[in-house]
Amino acid sequence: MAVRQDKTAPLPQKARKLSGRHRAPYTFLKIISFVCAGIAVAALIGIIVFILIRGVPHLSLDFIFGENTAAHPTLVPGLIGTAYLVMIGAGVAIPIGILTAIYLSEYAGKGKVVRIIRLAIETLAAIPSIVYGLFGYIVFVLLFGWGYTLLGGGLTVSIMILPTIIRSVEESLLSVPSIYREGSHALGASKVRTIFSVVLPNAAGGIVTAVILAIGRIISESAVFILTIGMLQNGIPRSPTDPGTSLALNVYYFASDWPELSAATAVVLLVLVVGLNLLATGVGKLIKRDRQ
Amino acid sequence: MENEICIKAESLDLFYGDFQALKNVNLEVAEREITAFIGPSGCGKSTLLRCFNRMNDLIEGCKIAGKIFVDGRDIHENTDVNLLRKEVGMVFQKPNVFPMSIYDNIAFGPRTHGVKGRKNLDPIVVESLKRANIWDEAKDRLNKSALGLSGGQQQRVCIARALAVQPKILLMDEPTSALDPISTGKIEELCEELKKQYTIVIVTHNMQQAARISDKTGFFLLGEMLEFGDSSQVFSSPKNEKCEKYITGRFG
Repeated sequence: MAVRQDKTAPLPQKARKLSGRHRAPYTFLKIISFVCAGIAVAALIGIIVFILIRGVPHLSLDFIFGENTAAHPTLVPGLIGTAYLVMIGAGVAIPIGILTAIYLSEYAGKGKVVRIIRLAIETLAAIPSIVYGLFGYIVFVLLFGWGYTLLGGGLTVSIMILPTIIRSVEESLLSVPSIYREGSHALGASKVRTIFSVVLPNAAGGIVTAVILAIGRIISESAVFILTIGMLQNGIPRSPTDPGTSLALNVYYFASDWPELSAATAVVLLVLVVGLNLLATGVGKLIKRDRQ
Repeated sequence: MENEICIKAESLDLFYGDFQALKNVNLEVAEREITAFIGPSGCGKSTLLRCFNRMNDLIEGCKIAGKIFVDGRDIHENTDVNLLRKEVGMVFQKPNVFPMSIYDNIAFGPRTHGVKGRKNLDPIVVESLKRANIWDEAKDRLNKSALGLSGGQQQRVCIARALAVQPKILLMDEPTSALDPISTGKIEELCEELKKQYTIVIVTHNMQQAARISDKTGFFLLGEMLEFGDSSQVFSSPKNEKCEKYITGRFG
């Protein structure tokens, strides 16, 4: 603002020149940072446009929902497999994640045990997903002798998304002002009543957002499933203990022999994940507004 | 005529970790009177107030030595803390209405203690709002969010919410420090009205307020209660030199 005022104020010639020279580095930084921001946006638009151009012409209802044969693969096995993985992965990780977050924010305090739990969560979050895949392969596929199953993949991915769920739910619990908790306790409400009637309703927006984003991560995950669910395109999974494939794996599977189908699958995947992200933001905002 | 003793503290010491926040406090609060605690920030007056309904239990590393009796019962022995807090209500510095309807705010306490159904809750909600002098402003918007009210109105809803569980004692922790003078006046009038039925302990930074509404006043400094007596005496002829300096505005 100050610089702008200088412009309009009648300054002596000398001073104006000086201020112009001083402004040069700032202008330079502004241009460089704008260009860099532009690169990020251009990359996003580039990817989307590229995938849409390559994929959309090959999209058809028959490709998404039609009968799946070896010569004419469709997305049906991937859709069913993804549905199983989401149900198992989210079904296991969401309750555990929310309860862990409640423990950490409402009960744990600041002791040594809590530091260990937090360190474990941070570390879990930093492990590359292929390593989770390897863990699932060794434990569920080999050690338990299940072979490739959607159940093993779902359980593995549930461990992978657990830290993200815990952290985002904990953050929304901590954002509930402590004066609400005090107010509730001061009326003689127990800790459990305070958590269920005051804390959780106020954190609902953040929790729902966390859940939707977690589902998005399962849908877009691939490395874990390559090693755990068998990537079986020819066959429809009938139960969680069957091997199967997922949408994200379809992109990889189709890439060498049917690149156009790979792109079409990517479009479906992109629409799903972007849709979930928008839904997450929308639902979070809606719940927040509803409570005010 | 002396009223009966309602709250009694005996050689009370309180520690936050290594820091001693209250030092050997002995105090008797009489029934159906307004007792005010004054003193500079950090002198322990709010801490003492929070001892009476055991809100300090929620703070990690807080240790209490000495005894507190409410209605003759030691509140640290064989006492259900939730029932204690039902009997000893609290109003906070910042209005903390829950982000729900006015009705649900008032009904929160009764529901907590097992009152169910609109038939049973309605009369409690109406009565509590009337007692807190907020009924006329709130009656047409009972089902609207309490956050839509002004700060002063919210604070009176908080008082109504505390009254809804039928407490005997009302603890007020600087209830007007976040409010404008008009809202403050309304709360002070309300306190005068409420003391006919309730015992009120109020912490305040505002000495005029303490002088205006309280029957007894305690002066605190660095965790010690240096002066306690009838407000008229404390404000006109304090015995303690530091209390006098504080009241006359020479420090604090």
